[in-house]
Amino acid sequence: MFSRAHVPARHRLSIRIWQNFAAKQIRVFWDGMPFYVDEEAWNKMKRGRSKCQHFTPSEGRKKRHRSVPPAHVQTGSSASQRPTEETWGSLPHHVVLHIFQHLSLVDRARASSVCRRWNEVFHIPELWRRFEFELNQPATSYLRSTHPDLIQQIIKRHAQHLQYVSFKVDSCTESAEAACNILSQLVNCTIKTLGLISTARPSFMDVSQSHFVSALTVVFVNSKSLSSIKIDDTPVDDPSLKVLVANNSDTLKLLKMSSCPHVSPAGILCVADQCHGLRELALNYHLLSDELLLALSSEKHVHLEHLRIDVVSENPGQTQFHAIKKSSWDALIHHSPQVSIVMYFFLYEEEFEPFFCEETPVTHLYFGRAVSKDMLGRIGMNCPRLVELVVCANGLEPLDEELIRIAERCTSLTAIGLGECEVTCSGFMEFVKMCGGRLSQLSIMEEVLIPDNTYSIEQIHSEVSKHLGRIWFPDMMPTW
Amino acid sequence: ETRGGNTIESTVATMVVNSVHWFRKGLRLHDNPALQEALNGADTVRCVYILDPWFAGSANVGINRWRFLLESLEDLDTSLRKLNSRLFVVRGQPADVFPRLFKEWNVTRLTFEYDSEPYGKERDAAIIKMAQEYGVETLVRNTHTLYSPDRIIEMNNHSPPLTFKRFQAIVNRLELPRKPLPTITQEQMARCRTRILDNHDERYGVPSLEELGFKTFKGDSSHVWKGGETEALERLNKHLDRKAWVANFERPRINAQSLFASPTGLSPYLRFGCLSCRVFYYNLRDLYMKLRRHSSPPLSLFGQLLWREFFYTAATNNPNFDRMEGNPICVQIPWDHNPEALAKWAEGRTGFPWIDAIMTQLRQEGWIHHLARHAVACFLTRGDLWISWESGMKVFEELLLDADWSVNAGSWMWLSCSAFFQQFFHCYCPVGFGRRTDPSGDYIRRYIPKLKDYPNRYIYEPWNAPESVQKEANCIVGVDYPKPMINHAESSRLNIERMKQVYQQLSHYRGLSLLASVPTIQEEAEPPMSDDSYASSSTAGEARQSSIIILTGFTVQLSVFFALFLSVNQNVTTLPDLTKKSFTMPKKINA
Repeated sequence: MFSRAHVPARHRLSIRIWQNFAAKQIRVFWDGMPFYVDEEAWNKMKRGRSKCQHFTPSEGRKKRHRSVPPAHVQTGSSASQRPTEETWGSLPHHVVLHIFQHLSLVDRARASSVCRRWNEVFHIPELWRRFEFELNQPATSYLRSTHPDLIQQIIKRHAQHLQYVSFKVDSCTESAEAACNILSQLVNCTIKTLGLISTARPSFMDVSQSHFVSALTVVFVNSKSLSSIKIDDTPVDDPSLKVLVANNSDTLKLLKMSSCPHVSPAGILCVADQCHGLRELALNYHLLSDELLLALSSEKHVHLEHLRIDVVSENPGQTQFHAIKKSSWDALIHHSPQVSIVMYFFLYEEEFEPFFCEETPVTHLYFGRAVSKDMLGRIGMNCPRLVELVVCANGLEPLDEELIRIAERCTSLTAIGLGECEVTCSGFMEFVKMCGGRLSQLSIMEEVLIPDNTYSIEQIHSEVSKHLGRIWFPDMMPTW
Repeated sequence: ETRGGNTIESTVATMVVNSVHWFRKGLRLHDNPALQEALNGADTVRCVYILDPWFAGSANVGINRWRFLLESLEDLDTSLRKLNSRLFVVRGQPADVFPRLFKEWNVTRLTFEYDSEPYGKERDAAIIKMAQEYGVETLVRNTHTLYSPDRIIEMNNHSPPLTFKRFQAIVNRLELPRKPLPTITQEQMARCRTRILDNHDERYGVPSLEELGFKTFKGDSSHVWKGGETEALERLNKHLDRKAWVANFERPRINAQSLFASPTGLSPYLRFGCLSCRVFYYNLRDLYMKLRRHSSPPLSLFGQLLWREFFYTAATNNPNFDRMEGNPICVQIPWDHNPEALAKWAEGRTGFPWIDAIMTQLRQEGWIHHLARHAVACFLTRGDLWISWESGMKVFEELLLDADWSVNAGSWMWLSCSAFFQQFFHCYCPVGFGRRTDPSGDYIRRYIPKLKDYPNRYIYEPWNAPESVQKEANCIVGVDYPKPMINHAESSRLNIERMKQVYQQLSHYRGLSLLASVPTIQEEAEPPMSDDSYASSSTAGEARQSSIIILTGFTVQLSVFFALFLSVNQNVTTLPDLTKKSFTMPKKINA
């Protein structure tokens, strides 16, 4: 049944067999790629073909069209029943499936061309739960795309099996449009997770809003058990969120929608009000309101685990940011004491006014642009839950005092990264001494540290290593 | 009889030693062990440089680099003349030229400096084999680097160190580099005097830029960097004098002045080997010990030299070191393909004065400060434009005097966070970084004269200047100077996310990076992957891991399509050979 006609000459089972005794697994190489087989199943098969030590495809061609028994019959002792004909094709269904689950799509496809039985396994729904559509244009990306025929086949044969779906698109509008076209055909699906990912510039934003929204709502309406949706940088709007809520409020756990300009605070509030299982949310600061925090803290709501807030100014220097009341933050922390609150700032120095004037329960802070000394001072005063701090840039004055205050008051701080900043070596040592071994991530550019009378760069390396209890170096950049 | 005749001839030949020293890099007479070997007991010595004039015009090497090379050759020729010898610049390709030279000059010995780069190793192996066939003895000496890259690899369990720290740790265990040799003397040369033909200049003279097909204009060479060993040694003295005067061996902190070409800069001279790295090393070491009462110097003193060594070592056995595809140490990042944006960057038309000034300086002079390199490299790749580092590397290769294959590619991978385990949160701001370095904007005014009348406040962001200010400065943004090609805040936000996407898929990077370590519930919400990008992550080592992402895409899908197709048409008896199609690599970026 291992027909030569079906197997390109190069596809051979190699006799390299690796036995992993601990795992009771055997690794078999077929055409250079490893399969894992349960020891039990392997022994069964070996018994069956005791004559054949060399597991190249059998020379016999006679039984090529032998009918295949149903899978459940195969799992028993078929091997010992028909010792002369046992080949790879009679590996029990579940074993092949198990092997296939460890293979990539391309390897599965190649394996499926070995024989009809393997080809049947190829189509088992379990293997089609997850799919990543890649849509790229040759002009804008060096990555190739999912073949259009394959897309059609999946829509036709496996759409109902898809559960974890993602779309990766390049910076070209046509790619995003193609993704929308596929989305609008996913009618008979029970998708659980959906991700729309732009690998370069966000091209979903260039698709006409009506096209995008109608495609997205197809999935929202038909799937009814969505638990995770990543739609950052897309033109999703309030009405489509309403559709999402109407159909998936019981199952939604994760919603990532940073930089979706067509959503209003009311739109996201509707999600928070209805989806009580929501555990992770990512959005822009202009959608964050006291009402939203209170809605996420209502009794019916599960504990929130992760809240990510991007603070971006649309018109540099002209955006006025609202403040969030301390009582709203308090309510959130009271309800979800473990929540991580991650804030990414991409602001000009003068726009930081409304932030951190009062106690804020933020845990992770990332400053993508220059942030003032004053602001860092406030963080030391008002962010007692701070775990991670990344400062990409700062003015020319050393940040000694601010860092020392952060070390003193942010007692959970375990990670810090400093880019274009300045700290004196003494100030930095003071900071490290105060934090000690709890600093699991300490990433400081060499240029940041200003040698002074007490420490040179060389000494800093050994002193810091001493206090951290591990070898530490500042980050370096190549010099020519 | 004929046999006998040949034997007699070859016995005569073995008694005579006719050496050829082949200059490639290492364009100097000081500390040149291979050249010393050529002279050692020889009857004649010819110093050769092989240059292909047809290649010159078409190659991706800019006029400044050619000028530097030709000046270095002129300088060599001048120095050799003082020793009553000459430089032979031979036109052609090494593989074609040598058989001719071997016969014409009755060569018995060929010497050259070791080249550790994959392309060079391949070329040299062929030449050595050819020399053997002609009965020519070859002697090769390693002097372009302080240490032997192979030795370092051997000490690191037979793989090149992939972090600079690891590299330094190994260097620390090594003995000091070999001491440099003295320069060639007149007496040495006199012993193997070679007859110079009257038509030497005609046949073997150093060509001019015009001869290589470059158009030159009077005064177009601002000529900050004059090639040649003589200049290199003068600069070395100035370099050491300044160090001695400052008496501070810390890395100098960057200021506005550091951005301009310095008369003590050495990097192009190290690149072409006009200056021996060992001479530089020992001079620096001796000076340190003299000023610091014999305490032995820290490794950081040799930072600039060790970075070169690090990249040469990483590249020596990796022929794909200069590309992303098929490069086992390079993280596969889905860069954008955008020729228009690339051209704006390369030609200094981004609309960010800081970036444009740096690219202008690079084009005009062939050198930019290393932090300026970081600024433009970050802008092109992970910071703003999201364009492949390979494109940037090619531009540097054309323009940068000190761009060496290994160092250039390695630095670009480093700066784009494509290798060597970099934190990717350090993202240079194309406005703030320049302003911090040179608040007065003198650097911008020098290289972008159009902006010279802008007040300091707006010179790094002219688009924010009120119209009246723009008018008064005689430079309207959008008319006389381009508008910024990208919103930096927005693009850096997006790009940080893209980098996180890439890095979160690489299990061996997990926990390394600050930003990628923020947990999400996503992983729990999805079952373990059995799909393309994840399938082998559990079994694959570092090298295989990074190539996984390549295998997705069309080619993969094609065979899946066939599989699906097969299942629909059960009667199909023959299948196309899938293996061939499946493993076609995706096309190259600039195919």
